[in-house]
Amino acid sequence: MREISKHPVLSFERGKRIKFLFEGSPVTAYQGETVAMALYRNGIDVFSESPKLHRPRGMFCAIGKCSSCMMRVNGVPNVRTCILPVREGMTVERQKGLGEKPSKAVKYPPPVIREEKVAIVGSGPAGLSAAITLAENGVAPLIIEQNPRLGGQLIKQTHKFFGSERENAGKRGIDIASEMIESVKKAGVEFYLNSTAFGFYEGKTLGVFAENKLLKIRSKYFIFATGAAEKMIPFEGNDLPGVFGAGAAQTMMNVYGIKPGENVLMVGAGNVGLIVSYQMLQAGINVKAVIEAAPKIGGYFVHAAKIRRFGVPIYTSTTIKKAIGERRVEKAVIVSLNEKFEEIPGTEKALDVDTICLATGLIPSVSLLAQSGVRMKYVSALGGYVPLRNKYLRTSLPNVYVAGDITGIEEASTAILEGEIAAYSILSDMGKDVEKELSDAISELSELRSGPFGAKIVSGIKEVQYE
Amino acid sequence: MSDYLKTGYLKNEDVEFPKSDLLRGRMVAVTECVQEIPCNPCVESCPVNAISMNGINGVPRVDFSRCIGCGNCVAVCPGLAMFLVGIKEGKGVVSIPYEMLPLPEKGSEVFLLNRKGERTGKGVVSGIRKTDKSRNSVIVTVEFENRELVKSVRNIEVIK
Repeated sequence: MREISKHPVLSFERGKRIKFLFEGSPVTAYQGETVAMALYRNGIDVFSESPKLHRPRGMFCAIGKCSSCMMRVNGVPNVRTCILPVREGMTVERQKGLGEKPSKAVKYPPPVIREEKVAIVGSGPAGLSAAITLAENGVAPLIIEQNPRLGGQLIKQTHKFFGSERENAGKRGIDIASEMIESVKKAGVEFYLNSTAFGFYEGKTLGVFAENKLLKIRSKYFIFATGAAEKMIPFEGNDLPGVFGAGAAQTMMNVYGIKPGENVLMVGAGNVGLIVSYQMLQAGINVKAVIEAAPKIGGYFVHAAKIRRFGVPIYTSTTIKKAIGERRVEKAVIVSLNEKFEEIPGTEKALDVDTICLATGLIPSVSLLAQSGVRMKYVSALGGYVPLRNKYLRTSLPNVYVAGDITGIEEASTAILEGEIAAYSILSDMGKDVEKELSDAISELSELRSGPFGAKIVSGIKEVQYE
Repeated sequence: MSDYLKTGYLKNEDVEFPKSDLLRGRMVAVTECVQEIPCNPCVESCPVNAISMNGINGVPRVDFSRCIGCGNCVAVCPGLAMFLVGIKEGKGVVSIPYEMLPLPEKGSEVFLLNRKGERTGKGVVSGIRKTDKSRNSVIVTVEFENRELVKSVRNIEVIK
């Protein structure tokens, strides 16, 4: 029922059918999908219950950033099912509260130690572009990716990219992703999928949990391209299954060919909210409304025009008041806001929706850096805490570089350029003659940011950039 | 300019439109890209340099007398904000980027939709051009009697 059969832009290659057990009953899945996706496709919304009030909980981010999808898998609690590939015969159970310890100790093999020149954490547009740049210049990096596929969030961007020819303008994100992934593979770059970096020690050693084994990666240089996580906003019922990050809905639709719902309320009219709404129409989903707390649309006007011409209303100065439902969203109540962003009593309106998507901003995924002692600063214009760095994207640890949304929330074209800059900086540190390439990439990036939409980023960077 | 950042759509008077004698018997590109965003494939795709822009963050402008109506810009625009308009044998003609299913069939009747998605009449699909080799992304050309509508028809709805 939730499977997308026809799509104007995508064709879904589904793996062979396998079976696993959910709460003791067999569930059919496609090889290559994650446990959370298999469950959701089979109509299962509730993955766990909350510790105190036993409220139903489902997945929220779908890319391994939050903890909303944690379940008990093969007896082990707190497993992020949104990034765990299904395996024939595995047992999956709803987690009750914080989860009980496994009945017997799980045995893991001794850690694998790797010595590397450059390790890249994250394989989105920034990580991939860094890897390609390094490989092209004779330095083979190692990539660590938490998700089952390379490409980060680029693999779900079905829309055509903006920018100039140099930044692949007019090409769809998914096609840019395929090309980049092919380049990485062709160059023989080694990568670990399904592998979560959990700790970074003394700027030298990265701890990684790679599908039942522990990796200790010691590297001369590191590039952190860990991206960002979707923000939750406070409202009554925000923990109900059916409340998703807009990016999660995009992953379900465009990576796994699954409809997140039939009738959707989109919260937020920035680019993410507008683009995902359009992609929902392409997947045959009804977008009841897009609401935006600010008095005007924050994303590119052209993205708004694309959904308006299909009759999707956009209500500005409007926010979500509550989500209503027993085991998942059944209704959403929205309310108008005055110029002080206060609710106007009497303007509440109930919408019949089964899904609420939050496109209310992103937070840079900086925890590994913060834990390792890289100097950080809170910069609202960049989305939260971000690492201090110079224009070569070097952090306060001289062998640690950053690229992409971890430096501040932006978009894929700038992430690709930042990946190049981080890679060229490392090559330059290694004594390679790449000064021209490095300065070209830096000036191209500043040109992309020179318009009114780049002003906020530019002002934010001023607060964290050192000479 | 109208309050398009509140409503999400432009009004006819917000769009730079060619004089009607320029439209007779030919198609020209109109742009509904009104914000300064870093993007320029329309300029790069134009074979006759009819689209100009002041730097990558500029707003595109079409020189209607130079435009040959090839539709390259309509095919490439990532914002789906380029359209072709014209008047042929007294009928209004509009070409629209379209990437939804089902695709309309050539010769079929479709509803004409305005920028708010409201039905404003019916037209006949006179052409479909694929713009993406492997995908169902097309430029749909529709013709209709009421040629005033060339200013406002920006979408179609397949009649089931």
